[in-house]
Amino acid sequence: MNRTKTFALAGNPNCGKTTLFNSLTGSTAYVGNWPGVTVEKRSGAYKNKKIGNASIIDLPGIYSLSPYSPEEIISRNYILDEKPDCVINVVDATNLERNLYMTTQILEMDVPVVIALNMMDAVKKNKQTIDAAALSKVLGVPVVEISALKYQGLDQLMEAAIIASTQKRMGVSVLSEGSEALEITRALKIYQDAKIENPLFHGVKALESDEIEALIHPAEVLKVQEGYDKTKGDFEAISADLRYKHIASHYSIYRHGVSIQAKKKMSISDKIDRVLTGKWFGIPIFLLILFLVFHITFAEDLFYMHSLGLETGVFAEGTMWEGLFYNDGIPSIGVLLANFVNSLTGAFSSWIVELLRAGAGENSWIIGFVGDGVLGGLSAVIGFLPQILLLFLFFSILEDSGYMARVAFILDRLFRRFGLSGRAFLPMIMGFGCGVPAMINTRTLTTEKERTQTIRVIPFFPCSAKLVVITAVAGAMSHYMNWGDGGLITFSMYVLGMVSAVAMVLLMHRTSQREKIPPFIMELPSYHLPQAHALVIHLWDKTKHFVKKAFTIILLSTIAIWFLEHFTWNWTYMPLDDENASVDVAKSILASIGMLIQPIFTPLGFGSQLNSNGWVFSVSSIAGMIAKESVTATFGTLSGVDAEANAAQAVFSMIQSTGIGQAGLMAFMAFNILNIPCFASIATAKAELGKGQLKWTLLFWLISSYVIASFVYLAFEWPWTLAIIIPLIVLIFVGAYLYDRWKGKKELVAKGGE
Amino acid sequence: MSKTLDMLENGQSGIITKVSGEGKIRRRLFDMGLTPGAEIYMRKRAPFGDPLEVTLRGYELTLRKDEAKSVELKVEIKGESN
Repeated sequence: MNRTKTFALAGNPNCGKTTLFNSLTGSTAYVGNWPGVTVEKRSGAYKNKKIGNASIIDLPGIYSLSPYSPEEIISRNYILDEKPDCVINVVDATNLERNLYMTTQILEMDVPVVIALNMMDAVKKNKQTIDAAALSKVLGVPVVEISALKYQGLDQLMEAAIIASTQKRMGVSVLSEGSEALEITRALKIYQDAKIENPLFHGVKALESDEIEALIHPAEVLKVQEGYDKTKGDFEAISADLRYKHIASHYSIYRHGVSIQAKKKMSISDKIDRVLTGKWFGIPIFLLILFLVFHITFAEDLFYMHSLGLETGVFAEGTMWEGLFYNDGIPSIGVLLANFVNSLTGAFSSWIVELLRAGAGENSWIIGFVGDGVLGGLSAVIGFLPQILLLFLFFSILEDSGYMARVAFILDRLFRRFGLSGRAFLPMIMGFGCGVPAMINTRTLTTEKERTQTIRVIPFFPCSAKLVVITAVAGAMSHYMNWGDGGLITFSMYVLGMVSAVAMVLLMHRTSQREKIPPFIMELPSYHLPQAHALVIHLWDKTKHFVKKAFTIILLSTIAIWFLEHFTWNWTYMPLDDENASVDVAKSILASIGMLIQPIFTPLGFGSQLNSNGWVFSVSSIAGMIAKESVTATFGTLSGVDAEANAAQAVFSMIQSTGIGQAGLMAFMAFNILNIPCFASIATAKAELGKGQLKWTLLFWLISSYVIASFVYLAFEWPWTLAIIIPLIVLIFVGAYLYDRWKGKKELVAKGGE
Repeated sequence: MSKTLDMLENGQSGIITKVSGEGKIRRRLFDMGLTPGAEIYMRKRAPFGDPLEVTLRGYELTLRKDEAKSVELKVEIKGESN
């Protein structure tokens, strides 16, 4: 009989709802997705011996129950269909007016409601008072003062919710008091007669010409609308107006010491904002912050000690910390942590390998399988974890502090030209670090199509693992072959990636991902310090998520590659760790697959035109789709050069043994930058993209990398082919533009014909 | 005198008189508190001139010029005499 009650938290974005959720549920929180959409669903348990237990659902932060975004539809349907025992409406006491607007909508549903008046500590600090008892009288539901951040009033809130959940509550509407009282009564009656649950809520939505309402109850909506006197103006406007008027007119009853215009005064938040989004400093400060985030995460020489010649030896040489430092002075926190994790996993691997040697004998394949295949693959993935998490941490801080919303504000104008909103910029830039957190961050984008486009071009911003491939190839080209400047080659690859990203967004926006540019109407929350507690919870979720993937999909794929590389078709094991390695590897299953597909890469300059060793470039490109580290690792195995120590030399020996040319190498780099990035990002893209979009996205990466890389090869090998390539590109764009116009006209005709 | 929200100068305020525009966007503007009678204050424009940042109902809101064009205002005359 005593079943656990379910309470749903509902409220505006930035009202402290998630803080309240964290404070109530502690470590029991579980993060998943709402079915069918990539909107986060948080659930957890509240446990208290005296008061009782309850399960808590954190609904997405929304401004209204009108169907504007997936978040609003989810929250609305959850309350209507899942019927929580009580809705806890979290209200930001420092921003009552707009927060109470949604309260007036929630109260129209036949569900027990308790108001959690959050951030009361901030209200008191401003020497204002809000009379909770008076507010409760106005709204007709319990109001509990809380501070989610300081854990104040939480038990009282839960007590109130438990009491409220035992009583049935009928919906009430603020609209029933004013000029529209008759309309509301009439709509309510129509829905009551039809025996529809939550008749008041649905009746009001029918009057408001709500799109979802028209779909689920067409007959009732028609009846309600027929009886409505349209000469009064549209109900939508009247309803919003009445709701806000009701709130404002009752202010004097419960709010003291506040004037509505108090905010015009410059607060600290305003002063910060004036600089951060100012005309002159806004963009330079943003670029500086971005640089610092990347520098602290990825820099090998944090204080430029090596570049400036201040430190030439290994920092901390001779101490026990020696292994954590390069001979480049002091590295960044990200690199330090990565080195630390790598030395741990390295020590662990060699310990296991020693144990196996003692147990299974020197030459058993199991040693190679566990040492290189399983542990090698896992350490490579886990080695990336510190930097991915650090990147996540920095961006969470920027998000929670309110700065991210300003970045969207600053950059919106620039991005609109390409059909994206200013919010798309951050995920793309994060792509320079790692595509995995970047793709997850596309959740801040409003439309599905914008997310799809952004996720698809994120890999075009070369991540830190691709940088290794680029610098190795560019290093070999400049240092050993004297084919141009290494820095310039690296730079041109970055430019190629970014230009391709812009070009592809333009193309997609006109063809497969056509949509009107989504509107940009967004709250700019006040700046505040992020809370360590929330950041820790957030990072812990990401770690769990990533490690789970590392232990499944990525592990399986590295094992598969290891098998193909170390076994011949007649199942002979080759250890590939002696001087015969480069001869042996040519007999592997992997090599024969490589030789089979090698001709495909002929238009890219590393196919049939290379000699019999040329399959190495096809194989490393394929291996690169699983993890970009495999590209140089494959070169290392084949050349017998330690690729970790000197990747450029490994590439150089490959150039010598295959006869690949300058143009082929440029195309090889281009192909690897634009191609399927790695298994970790495929897994992420699968989770973040809409249903059925993954296969198209994989195809998109394959085709665009192949076409662009072959353009690169042709242009470098025979510059005159630019006379064909450039008009061809122009033609593609003109075609896309014309298609867009034609589609637009057709839609206009269809609309006019209705 | 009356103008639309995008014409408001930085530091100027006005009272909303009418909100037009396409259904979904109009509803959004209502939901965010841009209803007739609400006072709205133009804080600033983004570095590239668009979008705009306004204060209304005690909070900060940003919207594009395109959306602001559908919001009509009544502006106090006092800013124009000098």
